[in-house]
Amino acid sequence: MTTIHPDQLAAARLMGMGQPPESARAWDPVTGDGSLVDDPGARAPLVLGGRSFHDVTNIVCGYAENKPGKWWVPAFAVASSLAGVATVMILYLIITGVGTWGLNNQVGWAWDITNFVFWIGIGHAGTLISAILCLLKQKWRTSINRAAEAMTIFAVICAATYPGIHVGRAWFAWMMFPLPNSNAIWPNFRSPLLWDLFAVSTYGLVSLMFWYMGMIPDFATLRDRAALRLMKNPSGGQRVAPFLSLRADQVRAFVYGLLALGWRFSQRHWQNYEKAYLILAGISTPLVLSVHSIVSFDFATSVLPGWHTTIFPPYFVAGAIFGGFAMVMLLMIPARELFANMKDLITLRHLENMSKILLVTGMMVGFAYAMEFFIAWYGGNPYEWWVFINNRANPAKAPYWWAYWTMILCNVVSPQVFWVKACRTNPLVIWLVCLAVTVGMWFERFVIIVTSLHRAYLPGEWGMFYPTPVDILTFVGTIGIFTTLFLLFLRFLPVFAMSEIKNVLPEASPHHGHGSGGGHGRGA
Amino acid sequence: MARAQKKIYKTETGERVHGMMAEFATPADLYHAAEKVRDAGYRHWDVYSPFPVHGMDEAMGNPPTKLPLLVGFMGLSGAGLGYLMQWWMNLDYPMVTQGKPYVAWQQFVPITFEVGVLLTAFTTLVGMLAFNRLPMWHHPLMKKERFLRVSDDRFVICVEARDPKFDPAATRALLEKAGATAIDLVEE
Repeated sequence: MTTIHPDQLAAARLMGMGQPPESARAWDPVTGDGSLVDDPGARAPLVLGGRSFHDVTNIVCGYAENKPGKWWVPAFAVASSLAGVATVMILYLIITGVGTWGLNNQVGWAWDITNFVFWIGIGHAGTLISAILCLLKQKWRTSINRAAEAMTIFAVICAATYPGIHVGRAWFAWMMFPLPNSNAIWPNFRSPLLWDLFAVSTYGLVSLMFWYMGMIPDFATLRDRAALRLMKNPSGGQRVAPFLSLRADQVRAFVYGLLALGWRFSQRHWQNYEKAYLILAGISTPLVLSVHSIVSFDFATSVLPGWHTTIFPPYFVAGAIFGGFAMVMLLMIPARELFANMKDLITLRHLENMSKILLVTGMMVGFAYAMEFFIAWYGGNPYEWWVFINNRANPAKAPYWWAYWTMILCNVVSPQVFWVKACRTNPLVIWLVCLAVTVGMWFERFVIIVTSLHRAYLPGEWGMFYPTPVDILTFVGTIGIFTTLFLLFLRFLPVFAMSEIKNVLPEASPHHGHGSGGGHGRGA
Repeated sequence: MARAQKKIYKTETGERVHGMMAEFATPADLYHAAEKVRDAGYRHWDVYSPFPVHGMDEAMGNPPTKLPLLVGFMGLSGAGLGYLMQWWMNLDYPMVTQGKPYVAWQQFVPITFEVGVLLTAFTTLVGMLAFNRLPMWHHPLMKKERFLRVSDDRFVICVEARDPKFDPAATRALLEKAGATAIDLVEE
């Protein structure tokens, strides 16, 4: 594009359209960007650069109002093309049948259910950050909860695709729901697969409501900014398109205004809103734990060696949190580099905290792997022991040994670097570990599903699974759907929960500047 | 019971007055001003801030919200309905599978829980909006440029003209004394 005259930038900033200048932060060898304070007497700042309320509004609204960097359009082009590939593959599958996948008589679930569990697991981090960290009063969550919730919704969309299309005759997928029909048939409520349907649908809807409710005040901020610019300059501002007289701010005021439902920041509204937020956090906490437990019942209630274990529910939940946090950082570390001023909101402290959670949940997952092995031996079931040794771990006998050891290397070994502080505060190292963890978590589901199925009780039933190009392209395509949705989120929606971030700034306290502070008020 | 005729206030240009709006510089000023307006005995007034200021409900003297009662009732109803649905459907279409009984509470636990959670969450969102009388896409305050900045970094108290204690001179004096940096009349 054309070069921008510096006066234009200043004019845009004065109109409330531009970004505030990058804050000058000195790099400190001990505290990094200033957030890595280890002194228990001093609170680490949650927002850097001495940002005011107005700066927070300008930074966050700026992402939705200004054009993103030059990287956005190529990234969106690639991601949406991949999303198109997924659509074509799904259509091809529905027209042709599930025989286009590499499934066979022995391995009836493979990449479809692997991908389903992979995506639904990733979707757990959003609710964990919004709900559990909210109940635990972890204020640092305000910088990452919106993006994590968005990621949750998009991951659940990708996950929900697979059960719908893996049934073969997808036009009968409605029969999974208890809908009245002329055959007077109801679903089988004793099946864990139906429990799973209810759990995932509930999870998707509740996450969507939680996400939307959190965004209502931020939509109102975007609406008011557009309205203010229109008040000042009714005929100016950028046009939607060169040949239309419609202004971008008119569209913003209308669309964000519609979504904001007329929110006007009234304290009598905030009172109900805060209570509603707390209730949603309270109800989402058991929900998030139940969803992956129920997903694990799909396997655990069967009699297949390798699946029939009681450790599955906690093991799946820990794995979901592990994989979800890795995905949050996989997305937010590049975003932090690409968007102006984002490093003031997502500090090194945030990355360090999340790395610590990765380390803990990674070790929980590692403990579960060890415990599965121990019980296979201690339980004295020869079939169970066979699955673990001869189907998974022993390179001399197990055809899928490489998948098993990739999983161990990525999920158990790679997060161990976070014992070193220099590693857990280095964005590049964190990003690489998160990439490894994401790969490892996909392999975990593949190992559980395919290695258990491919050799059952009788050697006559043995067979291998080989993915077809349709399998591979469908999975790559869902990554495209996920990335497309996330890029649109970064471009058009409030990426940070502005009202919550403003609330954790020191000057938000009603006792700020009062010296010792008063004894009144529950927030004192 | 006969009521005193409600006073209708009008601006110089003849428009009805919605209320009087005062701006404050910081959350602390807003907090203390709210205490003063509460103590002066006003009922139809509200505080507007870009985020919920801690302890503001006490400073305003708001009674606790009834939302949790509604949500609890609907959540339990949802769980009950979820259980009844499974119980009735399994008897209406009995299927012999897996040697499991048609009706046993253990197998109904997951879906009972999920339906209860779904109705709880739905009631929370819809109930919150209904208690706040939202959606309401227009409000007299939204015509004020100064008010629109609340969504950024301003703090406002608005005393409505329908309050029986509202009086243009006395209310203005109270708000000024409470430390308002700017005071505006809001037209209906």
